[in-house]
Amino acid sequence: MAATGDSAAGHRLNLDPNEFGTTSESSASVETLEQILPRMKVAIPGVTFEVVPNSAPGAEPSWLVDREHALSAAFFLRDDSTLRLDYCSNVTGVDWPERTIKVKVRKGEPGAEKEVEETRVVPGYLEVVYHLYSMAAKHGPVVLRVRTPGRGNDVSLPSLTPVWRSCELQEREVYDLFGVHFENHPDLRRLLMWEGFKDHPMRKDYVPPDDYEYEPTPHDEILEKAQARLARREASS
Amino acid sequence: MSLNEIYNWGRSNSVWPLQFGLACCAIEMIASTMARYDMARFGSEVFRPSPRQADLMIVSGTVTKKMVPQIVRLYNQMAEPKYVIAMGACAISGGPFKQGYNVLKGIDRYIPVDIHLPGCPPKPEALIHALMSLQKMIADQPLTGEGRPRHLKPEGASEFPIPHQGEQDLEPPCNPHIWRPPAIPRPVTA
Repeated sequence: MAATGDSAAGHRLNLDPNEFGTTSESSASVETLEQILPRMKVAIPGVTFEVVPNSAPGAEPSWLVDREHALSAAFFLRDDSTLRLDYCSNVTGVDWPERTIKVKVRKGEPGAEKEVEETRVVPGYLEVVYHLYSMAAKHGPVVLRVRTPGRGNDVSLPSLTPVWRSCELQEREVYDLFGVHFENHPDLRRLLMWEGFKDHPMRKDYVPPDDYEYEPTPHDEILEKAQARLARREASS
Repeated sequence: MSLNEIYNWGRSNSVWPLQFGLACCAIEMIASTMARYDMARFGSEVFRPSPRQADLMIVSGTVTKKMVPQIVRLYNQMAEPKYVIAMGACAISGGPFKQGYNVLKGIDRYIPVDIHLPGCPPKPEALIHALMSLQKMIADQPLTGEGRPRHLKPEGASEFPIPHQGEQDLEPPCNPHIWRPPAIPRPVTA
């Protein structure tokens, strides 16, 4: 995504995927990630910051920041004189369940190495995605991601509502549907489901209640459900 | 003309709906009260903002599980005689959102529905047809005997239990006194 620059602002943020991470020669006022990163590392010591590439046709990369430094990184993105990302338009969540991948590893004695396939378990985690724009500098979007360590009890992330006020309701929605616990959120309650609801419906392993008894033309999963229901009804009658 | 006919003529031509809308069907409901369709021709122009003054509940749209207790409570607060039109596929069965975890699969699980009006959404003509069908139903009701309306029967229930929002679903999932799962009309085979 090329940033639509305002020449009066003096600086532009280069988000073009083809030039991302390299120094652009087309315009001296365009800033790349290479120029932003050192500034960020000085401002926030110890921050882990990486670019997540995007293989989709839009090829819009996103910035992944570690959760310990997420709040200070968000303040940096908002207050930096070049970036000035003063507007958070969208907050959403992604559930990444645990998965197994196959990795090819070279094993054996030196000289007689063999390529062996090993299966590895990638632990699951929850991810929160923030879409940021700059109203002042007229550029964006910047996609910011923060990840939890896991999907079980360790699902807390710092709330970015102190940085962007518009996050408040949307972080409540992510808490409701994905179960991410936002620390220091001013009002962390469920938004769409009722108080007392115990699950997080947008998680991949959510099982919805079996609450429809009748389907005129069942097929696939619904057919299996209908057959199970019919069997139960015949057994009870 | 008998007293019965005069009584029912008056009732059927002053059916005042409760003023509330749930989803896109409500837009069609609003359109049917405007000048082009003019539901006032049938004596139903006065949408009442209070359940105490309303005779008809038009359930116009998707009923989410979060909304069910409020709808049943509003129905309970309406004075007898009262009627219900389930407007649109969602209010009848959940419609296109039937497989959703948050959608009630038909409001007739908790309150008695007099007219089921299909459509997604039904056109204003269809809503007027539903209203005319309801008027015909009211006009045909005898005031004595077995077929008399619910509000003239001493044992007739006027209030229905409000479901509780549980940890996973509404509890109970339906009111078994007024709704049972329909029988599947043909054997389910793979």
